[in-house]
Amino acid sequence: MPAVTESFSRDDVVYVARLARLDLEPGEVDLYAAQLASILDHVAAVTGLDTTDVPPTAHPLELENVLRPDTPGMTLDRDEVLAQAPLAESGRFRVPPILGEAP
Amino acid sequence: MSGAARDVPAGALATARAVRSGEVRAHQVSEAALARIAEFEGGLHCFNTVTADAALAAADAVDAAVAAGRDPGPLAGVPIALKDNLCTRGVATTAGSRILEGWLPPYDATVVRSVVAAGAVVVGKTNLDEFAMGSSTENSAFGPTRNPWDPGRVPGGSSGGSAAAVAAGLVPLALGSDTGGSVRQPASLCGVVGMKPTYGLVSRYGLIAFASSLDQIGPFAATVADAAALLDVIAGHDPADSTSLAVGFEPVSPRLDDGVAGMRVGVISDFLADASPSCVAAVRGAADVLGRAGAVVEEVAIPALMLGLSAYYLVAPAEASSNLARYDGVRYGLRVDGPDVTQMNGRTRSAGFGPEVKRRIMLGTYVLSAGYYDAYYGQAQRVRTLVARGFGDAYERFDVLVGPTSPTVAFEIGAKATDPLAMYLSDLYTIPTNLAGHPAVSVPFSLSEGLPVGVQVLAPALGEGAMFRAATVVERGADPQARGPIEPRAAKVAR
Repeated sequence: MPAVTESFSRDDVVYVARLARLDLEPGEVDLYAAQLASILDHVAAVTGLDTTDVPPTAHPLELENVLRPDTPGMTLDRDEVLAQAPLAESGRFRVPPILGEAP
Repeated sequence: MSGAARDVPAGALATARAVRSGEVRAHQVSEAALARIAEFEGGLHCFNTVTADAALAAADAVDAAVAAGRDPGPLAGVPIALKDNLCTRGVATTAGSRILEGWLPPYDATVVRSVVAAGAVVVGKTNLDEFAMGSSTENSAFGPTRNPWDPGRVPGGSSGGSAAAVAAGLVPLALGSDTGGSVRQPASLCGVVGMKPTYGLVSRYGLIAFASSLDQIGPFAATVADAAALLDVIAGHDPADSTSLAVGFEPVSPRLDDGVAGMRVGVISDFLADASPSCVAAVRGAADVLGRAGAVVEEVAIPALMLGLSAYYLVAPAEASSNLARYDGVRYGLRVDGPDVTQMNGRTRSAGFGPEVKRRIMLGTYVLSAGYYDAYYGQAQRVRTLVARGFGDAYERFDVLVGPTSPTVAFEIGAKATDPLAMYLSDLYTIPTNLAGHPAVSVPFSLSEGLPVGVQVLAPALGEGAMFRAATVVERGADPQARGPIEPRAAKVAR
């Protein structure tokens, strides 16, 4: 198990903000670093506990796959759904370029 | 402190009886509720949206059913408010966030269908901490809700709008969601009953997800009996929620008055060490009431429960960071454009999410990231097992447990706004229940310097029956001045 860092650094904030697709202002980075360090230092209390023989609980229920009968049913109306999109065209969601230069 | 509210619509069950018998028209009931909302909304800000026209139309449909001799349902004509993270078809559903401002869901949550089918009349959507992340309703992008008992104080959160609306007598019923205490804590701070059901008992279909292994929808009401009536309407299996329990649910309402003779009640001693004296006194008082009613009351130490908060603030942000990845500016809500899709995502999310949501997304992303997953998230899941085992051992000896709901009474607006960790500690006594998937209810019990104090009754999974019987006894022994509806102290706004 890797060592748990004592706090949340400025670099950590920049790193996770990029992973989470959050653009932060420089001032925000310092603020979040201090706040997240304080939170993490508190919750890190549990990282020191010996849980060698304790299985993890991901969910309060014993989850099983739930399948429905393979019969057609009603779905949401496409036009009604697309009407809520920021931008739609020809029955699809329209987004900025994903790869390379804009056409 | 002002006394009982004047001109407040009667409770939910009394209203439904009067509407069903034709003694009162649902239209009048809804008009009265809408008038009271108009009177107090400016001072309290319980609602993000009030659906006045739709409410009156729904009330007219109930009246038509009564006139035609059809069964209008067990909650006929009862005004109900919905937390604004429950999807309502064609009615704005914001989750308290700019990122969903203006979004009109194309479907209703299952609980919305259930309450409407039962004859209840939806009057609006209530304010909440953004994406239900918070304990004060101050994290709403649309401004805080004020506590009807003292407008300078928070109503609790995250379902603060629902709790305050019931406390102020604006509606007899409301729905909230409880991920770490978000129904029970505001209920305690507002002097109303708030209940979190067993995980899986109430469908989450159409509840905007925060932490999916912890979220449950629950009822608010002024009385235990009204809350039980609403639970009975919303409980049950739903094929649209893959975590919905496929068990027969025995309605709790018919047996509320069966008493607690011989019931084994454990007082959680770990919860009394750091709670404020007034909250400890309320728990002791409730334990005495249960003992005098024939329950066998003992103290029980469950030290594992005190690990819950730390585990929760690793598990819940982890699940949130995954659930909130869907707000990417593509399919619904806000988009802030950019030259490519990645920059569009980043700009949209930065503009659309508030600071608490950003904190939790970053914390969750961090604890799930390579190198830290096992040390933080994996360890938190093991601690979650320890919390469930702690409860499991206690429930071998006890039928229900009691403790404080919140460590304190309602705090002042702004008091914890700049210290996220201090805010998180508000949920110390409610979180373990969510980690275990159990039910719990907060019942108003006493007043401390003019503010209500709630007591929490906890039960094992599907133990709602015994839990509500104990809650009924606690309510009868409580100070009647400690519960809503009250005449709000917030200034009335002239219309």
